[in-house]
Amino acid sequence: MLALCAMSRITREDVERTADLARLSLSKDEIEAMTHELGQILDHVEQLQALDTEGIEPTAHAIPLATPLRPDRASPGIDPDLAVANAPASDGHAFVVPKVIDGEEG
Amino acid sequence: MKLESLEGQRAALDASEVSSVELVESALVRAEGAGADLGAIVGLRAEAALAAAAGSDARRRAGELRSPLEGAPVVLKDNMVQKGEPTTCASRILESFVSPYDGAMAERLEAAGAIILGRANMDEFAMGSTTENSTFGPARNPWDTSRTTGGSSGGSAVAVSAGITGFSLGSDTGGSIRQPASFCGVVGMKPTYGRVSRWGLVAFASSLDQIGPFTHSAREAAWVLEAIAGHDPRDSTSLPEPAPALESALTGDVKGLRIGLPREYFVDQGAEPGVVEAVRGAVSELESAGAKVVEVALPHTPYVVSTYYLVATAEASSNLARFDGVRYGRRAENVKDLDEMYRRSRSEGFGREVKRRILLGTYVLSAGYFDAYYRKAQQVRTLVRGDFDRAFEACDVIVGPTYPEVAFPIGARMDDPVSLYLGDIYTVSANLAGLPGISVPCGQHQGMPVGMQILGRPLDEATLLRVADAFQRRTDHHEHRPPGSP
Amino acid sequence: MSDNPLDRYEPVIGLEVHTHLKTESKLFSPAPVRYGDAPNHDVHPIDLGMPGVLPVLNEKVIGLAIRLGLATHSTVNTRSVFARKNYFYPDLPKGYQISQYEEPVVSDGWIEIEVPVKGSGKKRGAETVTKRIGVTRAHLEEDAGKSIHDVALSASEGTHIDLNRAGVPLLEIVSEPDLRSSVEASAYLRALRSILRYIEVSDADMEKGQFRCDANVSLRLRGSSEFGTRTEIKNLNSFANVEGAIEAEIVRQSEILDDGGEIQQATMGFDVNRQRTRILRLKENADDYRYFDDPDLIPLLIDEELIEVVRADLPELPEQKRERFEQEYGLPGETTAILVTSRRLADFFENCARACNAPKAAANWIARDLRQELNERNLAVDETRLEPDALASLIRLVEEGRLTTKSARELLPELVEAGGDPQAMMEERGLEAVSDTGMIDEWVTTVIGGNAAAVESVRGGDDKPLNFLMGQVMKAAGGKANPGEVRKRLVEMIRGDG
Ligand SMILES: [Mg+2]
Ligand SMILES: [Zn+2]
Repeated sequence: MLALCAMSRITREDVERTADLARLSLSKDEIEAMTHELGQILDHVEQLQALDTEGIEPTAHAIPLATPLRPDRASPGIDPDLAVANAPASDGHAFVVPKVIDGEEG
Repeated sequence: MKLESLEGQRAALDASEVSSVELVESALVRAEGAGADLGAIVGLRAEAALAAAAGSDARRRAGELRSPLEGAPVVLKDNMVQKGEPTTCASRILESFVSPYDGAMAERLEAAGAIILGRANMDEFAMGSTTENSTFGPARNPWDTSRTTGGSSGGSAVAVSAGITGFSLGSDTGGSIRQPASFCGVVGMKPTYGRVSRWGLVAFASSLDQIGPFTHSAREAAWVLEAIAGHDPRDSTSLPEPAPALESALTGDVKGLRIGLPREYFVDQGAEPGVVEAVRGAVSELESAGAKVVEVALPHTPYVVSTYYLVATAEASSNLARFDGVRYGRRAENVKDLDEMYRRSRSEGFGREVKRRILLGTYVLSAGYFDAYYRKAQQVRTLVRGDFDRAFEACDVIVGPTYPEVAFPIGARMDDPVSLYLGDIYTVSANLAGLPGISVPCGQHQGMPVGMQILGRPLDEATLLRVADAFQRRTDHHEHRPPGSP
Repeated sequence: MSDNPLDRYEPVIGLEVHTHLKTESKLFSPAPVRYGDAPNHDVHPIDLGMPGVLPVLNEKVIGLAIRLGLATHSTVNTRSVFARKNYFYPDLPKGYQISQYEEPVVSDGWIEIEVPVKGSGKKRGAETVTKRIGVTRAHLEEDAGKSIHDVALSASEGTHIDLNRAGVPLLEIVSEPDLRSSVEASAYLRALRSILRYIEVSDADMEKGQFRCDANVSLRLRGSSEFGTRTEIKNLNSFANVEGAIEAEIVRQSEILDDGGEIQQATMGFDVNRQRTRILRLKENADDYRYFDDPDLIPLLIDEELIEVVRADLPELPEQKRERFEQEYGLPGETTAILVTSRRLADFFENCARACNAPKAAANWIARDLRQELNERNLAVDETRLEPDALASLIRLVEEGRLTTKSARELLPELVEAGGDPQAMMEERGLEAVSDTGMIDEWVTTVIGGNAAAVESVRGGDDKPLNFLMGQVMKAAGGKANPGEVRKRLVEMIRGDG
């Protein structure tokens, strides 16, 4: 509990690392501003640490439901012309992206 | 009854005083005039709407009415897809996107005979409570065009408030229907989570998002909800229950009904006095109609905004990962490699508020922070739900202000995210707990409309609408129109 | 220091296998699962990650996951949760993969593999022992699309993305680090593939990318019980590559350790041409997938009852079949191991054994001669024209002495390729072995006359030279004498009963 309360404020480096994960490139000014704003929000959010949630089940869905299932029946895919109609770049019916360097995969 | 309300349109259509084509024609004129001036409408499908209206008129002549919405024009918040139509979410990143498939709302409205006129302005990806974060520019409040409409479904609220269409659809993730309804003086309803299909709704925060109607009256909201609610096998979170019969629940009778007033909504986290006064007046009205008032406690109220922003941004950071410039949407030009393509496309495509929320959500899910932020918020979500379960043992509905204040000036909160977020204190709980909620105009403060929020038990939209309707039968707040109304 | 790193280091290997589930449609969308179609012809807006789409779980995969769980002696979890694994890659349409993380559908099991006894090498027929390999977990997840990097003759420069495979249902099966050599690793993969095929959970065709393997490899000093730093070799798509990559990685790591270096945690690729592993990416803290429960999906709940229904319906598994073959037919372990490699081969054996009433002979014919024919043609047993009944009748002819083994072997390739009735073929071609005692006596007499020393030994009670004398008689008979009859007459005539 103590460790959580003492959580340090978000740093510039945290924002840069987070922007990296989110594939956003931010200017220096933007990083500065975001560090400030996210810091404010996180400071506020820090209030939650005062609540004792030991043993409380997390809620991921507000409404409990049984797992809905779909029968294993195939229907044809959408028209491939339509599949790529919005693509910024395509070749035939394939999407095209700048050359991927081997090993970039997550 | 005038032609700007759904009920008025229905009566006029039934009496053959007007045709659907005529309604659509005048709605188009209004959309291009006031709709554009107010920044409410961001896309029209005039030809398709006129053709659909002609079809509706033909059905009416043949006596084949599909629903109370038959022939009535409607606008959708610009985050609900329709096949062959653009959907932009008011974002640069989707500026040229045309949906290759139909969303559930387009299908349901068509099946109900309604005429989809076009798309309404919103905060980008539904992130905001002012409809200022839009690539189309801000929407303006018809009651005072220097003020915000609220958001994120501001355009949809204005469409009804300014008499462009008789009803519209919005989406509500943390108050995005109820708060702009309150600001613009119309009825706005968020149904129980799972009541309305999310198929075709561009996700902001999947576990919180819910579509609902804007109308002038609770009765009209019942009609719309009957048409759009019900199970959809394409949405795993869609409730299996059939759409409820709602209009028959509108008896006007609230005798013995227990109205819970959360002490936290009126005292500790109090709203502006003028807002509280209007809501208290509305509660007295219901009391005089036979309802009983009880005090209830929602002790976790001070924590709901924090909880909401952690859950919502975490989900959003993941939901918005698909906007990567590969299969659709904006792609930055002259990129040297894939990584730059991702980064520049997303940075150029998303606005500031969206980037801020993606960053927050990414951060709270990232290694080392997950338990302290995201998991903690999910646990508090359980506590919030528990508050409501206990409160609803003592009452049938919970009543309070929809928002702590009336519509504020455009630009006033742009640089202060925390104070803007804190305004969501009364609305976000319903999303966290999955409850139905409705905002009903209940008076004015500083010449601007005030909304009363009524929250109900899960699946109990009928009681919410009964209370709202009973209130509207006894009062005329919902009949007040902003200046410049038709 | 000796040249063989395995003298100093013990490899510790764990495998992650991705196997495509046998379904008509995708895991979360109704698009068809098909192989080899033109790009983006088998996609639903869900598979494209279009704005506003939502996943709904394919019912069939639940039964398949339960089967795999039961067949690997695992726990089938009555509650499991779909999570999002967030990362950016152009063939990952939503920017996240729907997978299972903290709560997988299957956990804590094992399978058995046959591994060569130490020192007996890896040649076929070597003595084997059974080893139990832990299955840590198996979870459901969706496959990604395909990135096509070298697009020959295409108008555009870049990488092509085909999402036909995106959303195809997968089980990722993760083993414990219980494997100690490349041979054990491939034995585990073979055993797992065979189970998957038996229970019809996956076709597990490696060439179609339906069965893919990542290998985690580390070394530790022999005698040590701590694990070394491991690397992960990605995308091994054949048994040979699995073995080759692991062996290459053992060499690479041992060289670093021998030089006093440290192994860096990394993702490795295997260069098939050079038979070398190379670092694709160091595992820094950049691997932050931000897993969280998918809010679009509800936890998967499985009834105990359903598990029992699936259990009752589960076919006999390879290991059970093997045990039964050994007991019921008295077959040796090396033979049963071959017979149960596929359910089709095992069924073929049983049908054939029943028809010819000579299970041992049938087992030998199938495990040796037939298997060789199949391997040469790269065919499965049910892809040939040979019916179990036909092989049974061939075996019967041999057993009855009407056809010599040699002649029967000559007929086999034709039976495999064109089918036919062995008896008719024998008669048509005059291959029937001579059983006429007069003829046989004539050949026997000649051979006895010309091999006095051998004959003397046999007369003295030594049976060993009999085979040599048999061979001589068969040679004289042009291979067409009934061997039973020949042996009988040889003994009678030499030992003076005739
Ligand atoms: Mg893995
Ligand atoms: Zn995997």
